[in-house]
Formats: sequence, C-alpha cells, structure tokens
Amino acid sequence: MAVLDQPASSVDAPAENALTASGLTGETLTLRVLKGVPGGEPAEVAYQVPVVTGMVILDAVHYVQHNLDTDLACRWNCKAAKCGSCSAEVNGHPVLLCKTRVDDLPPGPVTVHPLKSFPLIKDLVTDVSRNYEVNREIPPFTAAPDDGTPWRIPQEDIDRIYEFRKCIECFLCQDVCHIIRSHDLSERFYGPRFFVRVASLEMHPKDVLDRREQTREQGGLGYCNITKCCTEVCPEHIHITDNAIIPLKERVADVHWDPVRFVGRMLFGRKED
Amino acid sequence: MTATPEPYDTIECDVLVVGAGGAGMRAAIAASEAGCSVTVVSKSLLGKAHTVMAEGGIAAGIGNVDPEDSWEVHFADTMLGGQLLNNWRMVELYAHEVIDRVLELERWGGIFDRTADGLIMQRAFGAHSWKRLAHVGDRTGLELIRTCQDKMVHTDRVDVRMEYTLTALLKSGDRVCGAFGYNRNTGQFAAFKAGAVVLASGGWGRMYRYTSNSWECSGDGAAMAYQAGADLLDMEFVQFHPTGMIWPPGARGILVTEAVRGEGGLLFNAEGTRFMLDYDPVKKELSSRDVVARSIYKEVQAGRGTPHGGAYLDVRHLGADYVKRKLPSMYEQFHALASIDITQQPMEVGPTIHYTMGGVRVEPETAATTVPGLYAAGEVAGGLHGANRLGGNSLGDILVFGRRAGEAAAEFAKTSGTARVFDDAQIAAEQSDLLQPLGGDSNGAAPSENPYKLHEDLQLAMQDDAGIGRSEESLQRALAAILALRERSTHIRVSGGRALNPGWHTVRDVTNMLVLSEAIVRGAIERRESRGSQWRFDHLDQEVEFGKVNFVTRRGDDGMEVVSVPLTPLPDRLRPLLERSRFYDPAKLPKGYLTETAPVAGTTRKKK
Repeated sequence: MAVLDQPASSVDAPAENALTASGLTGETLTLRVLKGVPGGEPAEVAYQVPVVTGMVILDAVHYVQHNLDTDLACRWNCKAAKCGSCSAEVNGHPVLLCKTRVDDLPPGPVTVHPLKSFPLIKDLVTDVSRNYEVNREIPPFTAAPDDGTPWRIPQEDIDRIYEFRKCIECFLCQDVCHIIRSHDLSERFYGPRFFVRVASLEMHPKDVLDRREQTREQGGLGYCNITKCCTEVCPEHIHITDNAIIPLKERVADVHWDPVRFVGRMLFGRKED
Repeated sequence: MTATPEPYDTIECDVLVVGAGGAGMRAAIAASEAGCSVTVVSKSLLGKAHTVMAEGGIAAGIGNVDPEDSWEVHFADTMLGGQLLNNWRMVELYAHEVIDRVLELERWGGIFDRTADGLIMQRAFGAHSWKRLAHVGDRTGLELIRTCQDKMVHTDRVDVRMEYTLTALLKSGDRVCGAFGYNRNTGQFAAFKAGAVVLASGGWGRMYRYTSNSWECSGDGAAMAYQAGADLLDMEFVQFHPTGMIWPPGARGILVTEAVRGEGGLLFNAEGTRFMLDYDPVKKELSSRDVVARSIYKEVQAGRGTPHGGAYLDVRHLGADYVKRKLPSMYEQFHALASIDITQQPMEVGPTIHYTMGGVRVEPETAATTVPGLYAAGEVAGGLHGANRLGGNSLGDILVFGRRAGEAAAEFAKTSGTARVFDDAQIAAEQSDLLQPLGGDSNGAAPSENPYKLHEDLQLAMQDDAGIGRSEESLQRALAAILALRERSTHIRVSGGRALNPGWHTVRDVTNMLVLSEAIVRGAIERRESRGSQWRFDHLDQEVEFGKVNFVTRRGDDGMEVVSVPLTPLPDRLRPLLERSRFYDPAKLPKGYLTETAPVAGTTRKKK
C-alpha cells in the first residue's frame, strides 16, 4: 500500500507549499463604500484593495476592515451564500457580497452601498427588523390533529415547496421591490419574501390553515404588479413571481371571486387546493 | 477601574438562552413550554446562525430505507466513531431521542425528501452502518433552523434579542444569575438577569486559518463558562472535515458537504488513484472524517496532491440531473465561487476545520454544567462525540440536548429561588475591560495592536502547529505563540466609537479564542497518543491508558489546569450493542477499558 504512515518531519498544513501563497493578481481594485450613520450625510470613501484570484466583494470589504478601516461596518456570516447576511448594493444592484466576484464586474471602481429600502444603522448595515415582524404576523404551519402514524408525503409535494424553503432571507427581493423601495407601503405589504413564505405554507400538503384572505388584506398581495424584479435578484434562483406570487394571486382570486367556490366555502368551510 | 458601573439596560427573564442556532431555539421552545419566560440572545440576525451551514442531514435510526437500522446501531456507530471516549449515557439518550426529534421537526412543518413510500428519506454518511441521515437536498441545516425559528417566534414568552454580544456570565455566589454584554449596533451595555442560563453558542473554529466556520464561531460561550469556573472537556479534539474548498484562495475552507460522498462521490489523487480503497477498504470514501481527512493529507504529503494541494472529489458519474437534484447548493457554490461545473469537472478539496468535539462538561440528562444554574447544549458542550464526531450527529445533538437543556434550565429557574442579585463590582470591571481598547493610545511603551492582525497571527500558529497533525515540538511552539499573543492582546487599540464597530467587536472574539486555543493545545500536549481527530506524529498509536480518561480543563489559581479524570466504562447492558455496528471488529476496538486483558484497575493518573 503506497501510504506514507509518517509524513516528513514537517507538520505544516498539507497545502501550504502548493498553495500559491496569496493568489495575488497584481491588480488593484478601487472600492467605493458608502459610509455613514443615521442623520449624517453618508459619503463614499474610496479604498485601494489588492485583487486576489477569484476574489468576491466581501473579501475586499474584509481587506479594508483588517488593513485600512477597522471601523467599517458590514454584516456577514457564512461567506458561502447560505445565510443571507451580507446583502448590499454593488454598482447599484442588490447582491450577496460573498457571491459577487470581482472578475464578473466591469473594470473600474466598484461602488458598495447599503440596501436602500431599509433604515440605515451604519455604513453597509441596515435595520431589517420589519421583516421579522411580518414573519410573526403570518400564522405558522398548522397540521391537522396528529394520529400518531408516520406521515406519508409524495416526493412531488416536497419538490413543489422545496423551492420556497430554499429562501435564505437575504431580503434582496424586499429591497428591490418597488412597492417597498419607492412607495413606502411596507406597513401594508408583506413583500416577495413573505409571499414565498405564505406559498410554502399554503402548498404544504399537511397544513390546514387558509391564509389567503389575510395575504390579500394585510399582506397587500394586490399591490404586486408582477414586474419580476424580485425573481431577478434572488440568489437562490427561486421563481418568486411565477411559482409563488402568481399562484397565490390565483388562489386569492378563486376564494374571492369564484361564486361556486364561494358557496362551497360557506357550506363546507374547507380549504381548497 | 471604578466600582460604580456606568448605566446599563437590564432585561429580566426566567431562562436566558445564549445563541440562536438550532440548540438555542430548541432550548427556548422547551423552556417556554415549561412555563418560563425566555430571552434568546443572538450575536447575529435570527436564522443566520451556523446551523444553516449543516448540509447533509440529521442522523436518526428510523430505518425507513434500511430496516436493519435502529437506535442501537446508531449508538454503536457513534461510540466507535468517537473511539469510546464519548459519554455513553449521552450517546444512549441521543440515539434514542433523535428519532422523536426528527419526527417532531416534521410535525412543525420542516420538510424532508421522501422514499418511494412517502416516508422520510435517509442517506448514507461516513461511518454510519446504514442509510440514516434524514435530509432535504443538501440544505438540511437551513430547513432545521427555519423550522425552529418559525416555531419559536410563534411561541409565547420568548423574547429574541438580535445582534447582542455577551461577554461574561454574572454570578451570585456560586450560582449563575445572568450575563453581561452589549448591543452590537449601539454599543449600549446590557445585563440579562435570569434564573438559569443555557449556553447554546456553538463552537470555535475561527482560531484556525482554513475553516468552514463563520466569524461567530469564536467560542464566546465556552470561554465565558471557563471564566465562570465551569469545567471544559476533551478540548484537544477538533474536527477537520475532509472536504473543504481549496481554490480560489478566498473560498478556501468553505464546506463541501459529506453528502457529496454519501450520494456516491469518489475521491482521487492527482494520479487518478482512488486512494481511499487503500486507507479504508471497508468504508472507503465513507470512512469517518478523521480517517478521510488524514488520507487526503497523506496523499498531498506524498506528492500526489492536486495543483492547489488537495484531492479530487468527483460526482460526474452520478449524472447531471441527479447531482443538481440531490446536491443543488454544491452545484451552485462551485459554479459561483470557483467557476466549476461539478457535473462536468471534479472538485478540488482538502481538509478544513469544521467542528469542536470538546466543550463544556455537562450532565447527560440535564445538560447541567459544573456551575449551578448554567446549562450547555450543542457544539459548545462536550462529551457526546468523543474523539471524533460522525456526520449528521450534530443536527441531532442540538435538537436532543437543546430540548433537555431548556427543560432542565426551566426547572432550575422555577425551583431554585430568586438569587438574582448583580455584583456591581463585577459589572464595573467588565465594562472597564471592554472599553479599554477604545481608549486611544496603548499604555505608552508598547505599540498599539490591531485585533485583526492578532487574529491572523493566532490562525497561523494554530493551523501550522496545532492542526491536523501535531507533535510535542509543534504544540509547544503553538503554546508559546498563544502566550505571546495574549501579552500582545493587552495592547489592542481600535479607532471609532461603540456603535457598530467591528474592530472593537473583534477584540473580545480574539481574547476568547486565545483562551480556547490554549485549552486545545494544553489538552493535545497531555494526550500523548493518536486517537480520533488527534493525530500525534510523535505518538502514532492509541494507548490503553488514554482510552480510559477524559481531560478536563479548568481555571486554576495559577492559570489553566488540565487534569485527567477516569471515564465511566460502558455498562454491561450496553456493551453488546457495539457488535451491532456493521463496522465492529473485535480485533480493532479502540484501545482502552475494553481492550485490557485484566479487569479495569482504576486510573493511574491524578484525579481531581
């Protein structure tokens, strides 16, 4: 067996030698970060960052924090596009900083601004607490009384809602949605993320609640005029408009306008599918 | 230092939960259902905790796919995987209860992939005898956290405080009566007054350079527990996950889920040899993580590594559709970060720090630590996983022991009176310590230190000298480096104010990591053998002596103490279960109390 039982005396990490120590490309990136606090006048500050192969914007922000400006505020967590913390606007586009590669951007300075639709806390960090309030307003998953037997659910039913369950709550869809961004209707409008949430509950085969009326009334589903901006920015590629919002609109229309179903609902009080 | 603290907010509750990952949220739900008011404190936003990074699934002996499976086999696999250093009672409770916790999660709205019969699907994973991991695609951790989150926010009496950092446990006499910290966004100090405290604050992989852990994993909970006098257990055991990304540089360390191998992914060296056939002909790619990580390391050391110093992980033979369906986030991750289509090209992978088996010492039934009023569950606690954790046993751990800790803490809070008096001197001292780095210049002579630079230096020292392979020489080097960094850390200065200042926040992260790094290194020095994740180049074999003890780290009068304590051998009623593992081999039992010819004759090492 061609196995080295005891490596050479070196106890260095395995790849230290092979790793091109830093991956530096020799290029320099100009990062223009909007810095500011509430009530102040946010202003872009330019930083020069050495570019590393495969660098993402979050790497560049970290370089600034570590070397140039330890006070620069930025939310992040997993750095693997799985937690949805590092949302910001790069060159005007809402993106995850950890998934936005420098070499995918046009040459020249790169601007990094906080999400525009949420109140500023500091620099790249905004107050997204409204989203958590909306989530509390939506009635949670509610199953029929438990008969104690294992649930049997066809894989197709899981596949249908799995897309919605992929949501990492980065709130980029909330940020880009013009109902929230331009019209300040956030108090009367749940927003795309929470239509996805409602859809995942409504289409869950074991859920027995009916959230359609609430989604129309308090959720403001009707405000959405399906411009699909939310779908375009979703880092999880959830077809928010086509698979969540439009089917919800159809279900709401059914419950509201179809006379036959209306009577059926009055008679049987059942959730329809 | 002034004896009068500056003003701080006071938040009262029956049970304070530190951390909002799976363990914290499960504990909060349990404590609330027991009738207590609960405050959950989270360093980041709700739903972002490190639980989301768990991908492969939850191990539970339900037997939906392989009817031969059961809690007994799960017990055996977990004990053997942990090289018998596990607390067997924790493993027993765990293997039993995790089945109910998975079914409960489904009842709460969590979704899982299904079998043809519509039951919860289970997949193969390293060193599990049967297909055991309940999963949904490769995003099971996200599903778990979102399900617990939705359950918790709709549970009465649970107050969630997002983006607070806790820095010290507060005590009233011997008993913990709360915790102190600050609001990260405003810098305002806050004291949480509680009848009992549950630590659910996760692990501490950030002290290594190549890690799958996020910035949050600085071990605040374990460090606070240590400072408050709690015992830490088996700190030397740090898990290298065999497959992290190694290229491009910024992505190095990001996790490549074990589900890739669970679904049939194969490992090759640069010469195209499927090397796991040599290292573990039985379990092959699905050997335990310590074995696979070391095998990749050895291949690279022998000059058979890939261009960036790792191994190839190949799923092309599984077919593009299958890969995209079962491993969607891996497909996306390599596509976005490395410009690699994993259905067309192999992945380059190498070991990355992933999990800390060691942690706060707890009672199995209650998750109570050695300090009254303080409980610990999940990665912050030690004992369940022994010398090496099996994949899928972490998501189960947080559900089983999160619930147990929440219930026990609620019981303690309700029955142990209201000794919740803060010691102003302790608070004033803590405030003074926290504010010092904001105080302009360093103390005259020494130059100011940048907390990020200190962190980077610590990461290099730990990666190089206390990493996957260790020796007395390298560990002594690491220890000297840590002690030197500790001295430098007193000169840290940061600019800016208290409102959302990442540089300032990093200071305590680094000092906590220095404490836990010291514990890892001191434990690794004492354990003069190779076992589980501990690989000593100067002691390549297991030693019977070390198979009979756990190492306990605690704060002594003269600094950190490491003592060995005899572990309780498996009782006779559980010993036969080991044979139920498909990987049981009487000739290859972990050395220790089971391999001694003579009856167990008690410990030969000092005991405290």
